[in-house]
Amino acid sequence: MKNCYLARSRAVAARLIGEEMIIMSAADSTLFSLNPVAALIWQAADGQTPLARIVRDRICPEYEVEPEEALRDAEEFVAELAAHGILMIAESPILGSSPITVGTR
Amino acid sequence: MNVMPSPIARGNARVPSRRPSEEITVEIGGVPIQLRTIDPGFRRVIEERYSGFLNPSAEPACSFEIQLTSNELISDEDVRVSRRASTWCLQRGDFRAEWDLHRREGWIRQGANPYSIDSVLRITHSLLLAMEGGFQIHASSAIRGGRAFLFAGVSGAGKTTTVRLAPPDAIVLTDEISYVRRSESGYRAYGTPFAGELARSGANVSAPVQRICLLKQSLENRLRPVRRSEAIRALMRHVLFFAQDNEIVERVLDSVVQFASGVEVMEMEFTPDYRAWELVR
Repeated sequence: MKNCYLARSRAVAARLIGEEMIIMSAADSTLFSLNPVAALIWQAADGQTPLARIVRDRICPEYEVEPEEALRDAEEFVAELAAHGILMIAESPILGSSPITVGTR
Repeated sequence: MNVMPSPIARGNARVPSRRPSEEITVEIGGVPIQLRTIDPGFRRVIEERYSGFLNPSAEPACSFEIQLTSNELISDEDVRVSRRASTWCLQRGDFRAEWDLHRREGWIRQGANPYSIDSVLRITHSLLLAMEGGFQIHASSAIRGGRAFLFAGVSGAGKTTTVRLAPPDAIVLTDEISYVRRSESGYRAYGTPFAGELARSGANVSAPVQRICLLKQSLENRLRPVRRSEAIRALMRHVLFFAQDNEIVERVLDSVVQFASGVEVMEMEFTPDYRAWELVR
């Protein structure tokens, strides 16, 4: 997966509870719970930043993990969320995906 | 654009004057909804079904005209709830309904069966409650010692069993669907007429919520504290909401997060006998 850009769907509600991100899809009421690493990717999914850079700049410095391995895991994760319709992925920047507010409680 | 009205406001409904005999006001969870039908037979059905929840003097939060269809709309179509500008559209195989948020008036088209009106009321309540920080939850509930205890779980988890085992000093609010509303001092649980296997309407009373128990049948009785994120996830699975609407989903999630922060949420392992109620105090 080259030049993978991601943006959060607007048809979701997301709240950060501690380090865990809880996401509810408005489309089908499916509930997702993201661990801290996945939550970091979700929060960085602004449509403008490639996944590889998110992994390099946000994940690798925070967690002791090889960039290649982290990217592989991240690609799997974003593909899964995209399949559920709560994340959009594209090979070029996703327009109109300015940062949205993610509530923190 | 946010077109949600402010929290349930009494006095906002502009209900045209009609013959009083056509009107029935059903007040569940402190939310009065006026139903109007010119069919005396169906009126009796409604009065009997919600007999403990009628309040003719309440000022309705919204009003529905019921249009009975001779050819009942029956199909397997799932419930769909959507919003067009300020109008909510409620639809299932056995009914159609629309309801304008600003005028607080609407209509229901259905056959003369009580199950359709049950569903319309539940859906309407879920929207009204969501707008003011409350929610409906798939949970039985009871009042003991002046405090409300809720028992949430999937079908078969023991919701009905729990309230069936309630001691004489407990007041059963429901064995199926509990209403939770935010109050100045916390949250209150309200009785509902919506019954499960118990086949008996709950008491039309309310009390501050002390605890919500996530039911788990076991060989022993004990309570286990639940982490906040685990509590929110569990509660969201049991909360009833129907609208595929971003704003409603946002509001319900916020309500549950706040509820889980202010109310005890515990896993309740229990044996299905009267000793389980030793934990409910």
